[in-house]
Amino acid sequence: MIPVLFFLGAIGALGGAIGVVALRNPFYSVLALIVHLFSLAVLFLLLTAAFVAAAQVVVYAGAVMVLYVFVAAYVGGGGESAWEPIPGQRLLAPLLGAALFVELSIAVLSSSLLALGHDGPHVGPGFGNPAAIGRLLLERFLVPFEASSILLLVAAVGAIVLAGHRRGEAT
Amino acid sequence: MSIAWYVVLSALLFAVGAVGILIRRSPMVILLCLELMLNAGNLALVAFSRMVGNQQGQIFALVVMVVAACEVVVGLGLIVAIFRRKLPLDVDDLRELRG
Repeated sequence: MIPVLFFLGAIGALGGAIGVVALRNPFYSVLALIVHLFSLAVLFLLLTAAFVAAAQVVVYAGAVMVLYVFVAAYVGGGGESAWEPIPGQRLLAPLLGAALFVELSIAVLSSSLLALGHDGPHVGPGFGNPAAIGRLLLERFLVPFEASSILLLVAAVGAIVLAGHRRGEAT
Repeated sequence: MSIAWYVVLSALLFAVGAVGILIRRSPMVILLCLELMLNAGNLALVAFSRMVGNQQGQIFALVVMVVAACEVVVGLGLIVAIFRRKLPLDVDDLRELRG
């Protein structure tokens, strides 16, 4: 059962990622990214990270993707021109990507991490559930938690300053 | 499933995102490809956290999610600002800072 779920999630994640890169309309790219995020949530559940999976679906596929859809609808899906600033860029880039993948795989798989070949240690049912993550966030990692909340506030203010109307600006 | 499968999948997703950044020119699609790469990193973090049986990697993944959300908000704000000023939404045309 677990291998079936893993391969379903992996195919969904990979198909969504390729869709993001290959689809010409930005709106369809956003929809492909939503498929990708849901598949990744399945993989997170298989890795017993229930809270991260829930946050992935609620925060990413819910909130962030709605933002993307709005901006895609506002800006409009203009197709990209076929002009290449570097000759052969569309051919060279996948080759470089394949080289990057091979390099990363060799770097990880040839490392001396023996535990990579196993399923991981046996963990209790509380591993990665909201209670455990919340306790870690509010006790051990309280300072990073508060720092990330300040970061979110600064980002929200920055977005309003960047995209908001200025007084006296003719639009 | 051994942890190596998850790590190799995350490397593959990272490479796909990198290819997207290299070949696409719309700033919005480049932001989407950045999301792909960040999510691949998240998958590796959660896989390694499962490998050592320690939940701190999941906290790291959550912090990466927060940073990704901030990046999206600022990036989309920039895209809306570029669109309002009627500049081309193409990273090869927006090259004034290149010098």
